[in-house]
Amino acid sequence: MITYLEAIRLAQQKALATDPRVFLYGQDIGTFGGAFKATKNLSTEFPGRVLDSPLSEDAIVGIAIGAAIEGARPIVEMQFADFSTCGLNQIVNHAATLFYRTGTPCPIVVRLPSGGTSGGGPFHSQSLEAVYSHWPGLVVLTPATVEDAYSMLLESVALDDPVVFCEHKFLYYHLKAERLPDEALPIGKARIARPGRDASVVTHGAMLHESLAAAELLAQDGFELEVVDLRSVKPLDTDTVLASVARTGRLLCVSEEWPWGGVAAEVIARVSTEGFGLLDAAPVRINAKDTPVPYHPELWAVHRPTASTIAAAARQLLHI
Amino acid sequence: MAKPVAPVSTSDYIKAYRVMLVSRVLEDKLAALYRAGMIKGGVFLGKGQEALSVSVGIQLRRGDLFAPLIRDQAGRLAFGDTVLDTLRTYLGSALGSMRGRDGNIHRGRPRDGYYAMISHLGAMVPAVAGGLLARRLRGESGIVGATCLGDGGTSTGAFHEGLNAAAVDKLPLLVVVANNRYAYSTPNSRQYACADLLDKAAGYGVTGHRADGTDLADCLRTLRTAIHQAREGGGPQLVVADLLRLVGHGEHDDASYVEESLKKSRLGADCLQLAESHLLDQKWASADDLRSWRNEAEREVNAAADRVRREPIPDPAEEDWTALSTATMRENPGTP
Ligand SMILES: Cc1ncc(C[n+]2csc(CCOP(=O)(O)OP(=O)(O)O)c2C)c(N)n1
Ligand SMILES: [Mg+2]
Repeated sequence: MITYLEAIRLAQQKALATDPRVFLYGQDIGTFGGAFKATKNLSTEFPGRVLDSPLSEDAIVGIAIGAAIEGARPIVEMQFADFSTCGLNQIVNHAATLFYRTGTPCPIVVRLPSGGTSGGGPFHSQSLEAVYSHWPGLVVLTPATVEDAYSMLLESVALDDPVVFCEHKFLYYHLKAERLPDEALPIGKARIARPGRDASVVTHGAMLHESLAAAELLAQDGFELEVVDLRSVKPLDTDTVLASVARTGRLLCVSEEWPWGGVAAEVIARVSTEGFGLLDAAPVRINAKDTPVPYHPELWAVHRPTASTIAAAARQLLHI
Repeated sequence: MAKPVAPVSTSDYIKAYRVMLVSRVLEDKLAALYRAGMIKGGVFLGKGQEALSVSVGIQLRRGDLFAPLIRDQAGRLAFGDTVLDTLRTYLGSALGSMRGRDGNIHRGRPRDGYYAMISHLGAMVPAVAGGLLARRLRGESGIVGATCLGDGGTSTGAFHEGLNAAAVDKLPLLVVVANNRYAYSTPNSRQYACADLLDKAAGYGVTGHRADGTDLADCLRTLRTAIHQAREGGGPQLVVADLLRLVGHGEHDDASYVEESLKKSRLGADCLQLAESHLLDQKWASADDLRSWRNEAEREVNAAADRVRREPIPDPAEEDWTALSTATMRENPGTP
């Protein structure tokens, strides 16, 4: 069985093996194999192409940008998504503006081990996909399955634009698949993860699994939720979302990130402006609470949306 | 005329040793609790770095500022943090200063001059500099601010910008670098290319001091001098101490990447054991004294741990779920 984390490692292995332009750069990713072991053994297998960086996120991203200008395809690892803010300037002001300003593309991949786990606390739990989506010029991905972690990372490397790859730590170990795909939905396409007729739940990342569990709960009451996995939050597949809402007439958005300007807010804005007539009820969203991510497991469990809070919101939406 | 630095006395040494001892006993307890699955999240210990850490915390005064980092349990205790609050924070007691909102090393009471680190390394350097600037603007003098970080932390933009800015304003800032040769698994050779971290002092235009991090007397002396010079108007002081951490990066880590030759070198010596030998050699303490001090430390730590285990954990229903202090500014959109 292949875990989500192993899929990320294998995708990097394949990228290194098949594209001589690819190299990896980041803290502790060499012999040590990375804080989460996402690059385990790769430095031995690809000598000189998996490099330990100093503890310098701004420099890590800046170096990737320069290398990309010179024709390389760097994949850089942030030890935690939360530390990517130390490289924010290079990501949003340099990588994201390069093509627009100069016509020179910036094919870098910035991997962000994202999202909450029990006991992670305020600085090892953040979901930053909405933040990075705000700046024009970035592709922002949130794979929610082992297959997507693999295929979307490979596609990211091939892409000529900067990609912020938000891989979810909560899924690293327990999500498993029999085999890795040869073909996959392209970046930019959402996926119907579970078909249903009564309401559309639009979600991404680890929240896909909470939403699927909520759909199971609702199914016991005889209601069928359609669960849409966005996969990529930028670009965002409005067509698939609208088509789903056209079938169900109801929209529930679930996101682990903070509410203000979040992915859920964006989906609701699009459906309300482009598909108002499809809605039979006001859309509903559930996000994490608007505080830093708490350390204590009891607080954390309430801070983020869970199957039961999603199910409760769905019941309200359906007037059950 | 600058005042001379007072020499380190026997009683200073003993006092500092006893804080190191409590810190070590407490950290051993934390490691045991971690292995027993009683601590959620990480445990990051400072074993082997107590002599340096305590020398900072114990020589600051009330009213000074201190922003300790990952491996500063000893310095924290010396500066006024308690065994009880440490355990409360690690075990997530609702009665702890962080109330379960943050954990482990991310604790502090900023109003008391005890800053609560964020994880982002280097970030506390400019923050302490800012605290000192405000004190100066308020007309206060004679105050010192100290922060600690590792060799890895010196590679951050925040370290560079913070130290440079503090030097420009000649702030009484002490930056203490524990050069334990690794940042997680990354050796010095992948961290910086100058011959010596202390070379950086000249580049920033600040005074540099070197300490032997395994030697309590040397740490006390060096930090005393550096703190004194900062207090007397000498501007920022960069202290670099050589040592090893004698534990993994966190308790999840076996530190197998640390070179054997380094472990066997002088740097690999345990500062606590060296201090104990010194106490005995100098006849400043007897073996009985050492034993009874350790017993006392163990009693305190165990009693605090038992107490904390019976304390309430945070109740999500009691939380106000707001990150703002101003009631009228609060909102909570998008949550059920
Ligand atoms: C800006 C930033 N990037 C990455 C990390 C993750 N991280 C936590 S501790 C650590 C190593 C720190 O090494 P060093 O500064 O030498 O301190 P030591 O652990 O050796 O005491 C890293 C990479 C972080 N906390 N902050
Ligand atoms: Mg270090």
